[in-house]
Amino acid sequence: MLISKVKRYLGQATCVAFVTIALTACGESEPQTGGAPPDMRRLTVEQYRNVVHDVFGEHIEIASRFEPLIRTDGLFAVGASNALITPSGFEKFYNVARSVAGQVVDEDNRAVLVPCAPVDMARADDACSRQFFAEVGRYLYRRPLSESEMETAVSAANEVADQFDDFYAGIEFGLTGLLVTPSFLFIIDETEADSSSSSGLRLTGYAKAARLSFLLWNSAPDDMLLKAAAAGDLHTDKGVERQVERMIQSHLLARGVRAFFEDFLDLEKFETLEKDTIIYPAYTINAANSAKEQLLRTIVDHTVNQDAPYPEIFTTRSTFIDAQLGRIYRVPVTRPDGGWEAYEFPEDDVRAGILTQMGFLSLFSHPGRSSATLRGKAVRELLLCQKVPDPPGDVDFSLFNDPDAPSRTARERLTAHSTVPSCAGCHKLTDPIGLGFEQFDGIGQFRVAEQGAMIDVSGNLDGNEFGDAKSLAQAMHDSPSVPACLTNQLYSYAAGRAPERDEREFVRYLESEFAESGYSLKVLLRDIATSDAFYAVTQPKNKTEDVRAASLNSKTKQERGS
Amino acid sequence: MSVLLPSNKSRRQMLRSMMGGGVVSLTLPFLDCLLNANGTALASGAPIPTRFGTWYWGMGHTPDRAVKPKTATGPGIEFLDETKALIPHKDKLNYFGNFNMPLDGRSNYTHFTGWVANRTGSAPEAGGDIPAPTLDLLIADEIGKGTRFRTLDVSSVGISRENYSARNTYNRAAAEVDPVALYDRIYGPEFADPNKADFKPDPEVQLRKSVLSAFTEETKDYMKTLGAADKQRMDQYYTSIREIENQLALQLTKPEPNEACVVPTRPGELGSQAVAKVREMDSVVETHKVMTKILAMAVACNQTNVFNMVFTDNFANVRRVGETYTHHLLTHEEVVDAEKGYQPLTYWFNEKSMEGMATFIDIIDSIPEGEGTLLDNCLIFASTETNYARLHTIDGVPVYLIGGAGGRMKQGMYVVGGGDPITRIGLTTMQIMGVPVQTWGTKSLQTSKPVSEILV
Repeated sequence: MLISKVKRYLGQATCVAFVTIALTACGESEPQTGGAPPDMRRLTVEQYRNVVHDVFGEHIEIASRFEPLIRTDGLFAVGASNALITPSGFEKFYNVARSVAGQVVDEDNRAVLVPCAPVDMARADDACSRQFFAEVGRYLYRRPLSESEMETAVSAANEVADQFDDFYAGIEFGLTGLLVTPSFLFIIDETEADSSSSSGLRLTGYAKAARLSFLLWNSAPDDMLLKAAAAGDLHTDKGVERQVERMIQSHLLARGVRAFFEDFLDLEKFETLEKDTIIYPAYTINAANSAKEQLLRTIVDHTVNQDAPYPEIFTTRSTFIDAQLGRIYRVPVTRPDGGWEAYEFPEDDVRAGILTQMGFLSLFSHPGRSSATLRGKAVRELLLCQKVPDPPGDVDFSLFNDPDAPSRTARERLTAHSTVPSCAGCHKLTDPIGLGFEQFDGIGQFRVAEQGAMIDVSGNLDGNEFGDAKSLAQAMHDSPSVPACLTNQLYSYAAGRAPERDEREFVRYLESEFAESGYSLKVLLRDIATSDAFYAVTQPKNKTEDVRAASLNSKTKQERGS
Repeated sequence: MSVLLPSNKSRRQMLRSMMGGGVVSLTLPFLDCLLNANGTALASGAPIPTRFGTWYWGMGHTPDRAVKPKTATGPGIEFLDETKALIPHKDKLNYFGNFNMPLDGRSNYTHFTGWVANRTGSAPEAGGDIPAPTLDLLIADEIGKGTRFRTLDVSSVGISRENYSARNTYNRAAAEVDPVALYDRIYGPEFADPNKADFKPDPEVQLRKSVLSAFTEETKDYMKTLGAADKQRMDQYYTSIREIENQLALQLTKPEPNEACVVPTRPGELGSQAVAKVREMDSVVETHKVMTKILAMAVACNQTNVFNMVFTDNFANVRRVGETYTHHLLTHEEVVDAEKGYQPLTYWFNEKSMEGMATFIDIIDSIPEGEGTLLDNCLIFASTETNYARLHTIDGVPVYLIGGAGGRMKQGMYVVGGGDPITRIGLTTMQIMGVPVQTWGTKSLQTSKPVSEILV
């Protein structure tokens, strides 16, 4: 916000003269936006886990699976804004809440996690309960409990303590209650009147704090952020910038960036990834876990630790490997304990960048073979934000099931698809890209031939010819759609919705600032987190028809092949 | 039914809104349908409820190898090679052939439109769109209230989000995919064994219920500030809380003695080797068997009146050891064997699916209940998303209605659809199960014509 206003003040003409003040001030000013109605997002599994661990410690176990979110507009973060809690979903939350609360008050933890000791452990203790719920509730609700909420928690705790002659049983029941309320399970945009806003509303300081912390750290606000919210700092440009700077410098930023890329790259698919171990004896669940971890370690190190340009994630030779991956990549690992170590692929190696890593290559393949179509589709949809149309419902597959001319390579098999008009529309979008990765089998092992036939990995990406996976990676690096897609999806992730119509110019502005920063992800995050657009809210919509219309316009898709 | 709906809302209005705005006309509720029509009862004298279930398999049938077509509706189903496992059950089910799925110009979203239209009565307008509640939930609103779980959703294919039961796109319960978790959820500490003599209500349960209610009341203030869409989401949240409160309340009441209820053995945890091959067909078959035993006994023990089992998902992400393609991919990529006239590898999977259905029936039919078996008191809607997967055809999607439905349904019938909308089967099912609906579905899928030939 401050930078934006400096820019507005300086204007384009005077920018050059003030170049030494701040290079980032040389871009455009932030276009004005109207915002969107207040939102209510269900916590993701990771957010739930992070909040509980941040508040009570990582030793608290969260064993259950929660109800999955629906991926919407390419992000689970957008699906979270539409998510409901079904009866069986609530049952899971309730059981986890009971388990968490039980662990918090067990004899090993209570001395540390309950900030006071009761006068008599066998009786209710109003003051100590109040202190516990005030401290814990503030983190769980991302704001102080109201007096009425406090009374509910304390009364419940007292009633249970009296019944069971056990102060800690009361705390346990009360904490269970807090953990299943909408105030905890949903990140709710609370608003207040604001005469300076065109909508007459603004997010409360606490709601702004929650937006910031879930974007940058994927967890609830910490003490300093809550204090800033309480003091009204988050309604000032300087206050926001101070907090954003602090949060970007924190080691917790890596967690926030990791969460975004898990969502952006649809890495949830790892949960159901399965390969045939007869065909791929090197594949194990541990190798799959390592593959996911490698992707995320590479990206986080590159964009956060190194603050290197985002498009270089497609060309960087630097990565991390462990013993599992060493076997797949056929490279020696030096750590005797099987842990992670930094590794740089040689300049003449066939691999460079995240698209040649096992994670991407195995995730977008079939259980028993590679898939140029799935890989090409993933590149188009996830990384370039280009929709590949749904397959037609009336394809006659006999056209390319020729028993007299069996195909040996994927290119031969897919040629038929690109010559049949009803198939060609989609396959021409996906296969020329995906065929570039065909020298990697279904789990990412290198090969030069398939069924005795040499694999041709040439192709083109939107007119740019490439000869192999590395030159395809370079084409990705050079594609203007790559940073544009990231910008759009990062803003959608931050806002929990696709950009509104009047925000398109703002997204273009973010793209331009991103380019100007040399594609620094940290700068892009800072620009979003300090923008007016990120916090702008309109009046809530009061017509139920909007629900269905929104659902149909959101392009929710079955993200599968035909 | 949502407890938050205004109390002055009529049953008719409620059902209309539940059905996603589609045209619905209603009969008077025939609540007596909820109980067994044979007049049989448990040894305790309590009447036996009629339960509803669904069973799902992916990829349909192999043409000319599943069920021999007939030209007129009547008794007698001739099962062919692919369905030969069903022969011992031919008098316990009905088969529906040649019912169609008109889409009124909307796209056939492959492997998706088929199950959505069949179960909701409306064709989706986009991939992922679930325009109306699935029939199992409409039935659960009628018969699921007095049990611990409104529905139990289970899948043997390991993908929890692939559960074909939803109120709308975003209100879709996940299926339980882990046999141990399923077992613990049903038979864990909250399970009250109906045949245990020394039932004593646990005072902790009463407290849990009252604490939960106190927090629920507290947070209702939010409702005032939310937009309409979020209010609806919050309504669902409160409905879900009521379900838990209901579960807790049931734990305070001694269950009726029930000799059919025999708590099964807890399954062993899956080792990492087993986890790595969850979707190998042989593993799916084994998991399905284990989970069906747990589920069937949960039904017999009156833990739920509505259940959904997914044998394989709509994209059939299931594979055979050493085979490079999944079942789904084989349906498209495997060459039709010129001599045999079908796709042999695909056929192998289809045959396994029918063996799975037979196992499901066997297990439910093996539990004695009243004067018969649990199957006599169930109605199971078994179907898939396509007729011939290779071509993604959705006209003629096969449907089986299995069980005695408490004496309300004839069995052993082959029903000829003659191109009628497939929703006739869903409408009939709901009417048998006591849902007060006369017309179901939208556009060309709308129907008011039940399949009277199977009604008793």
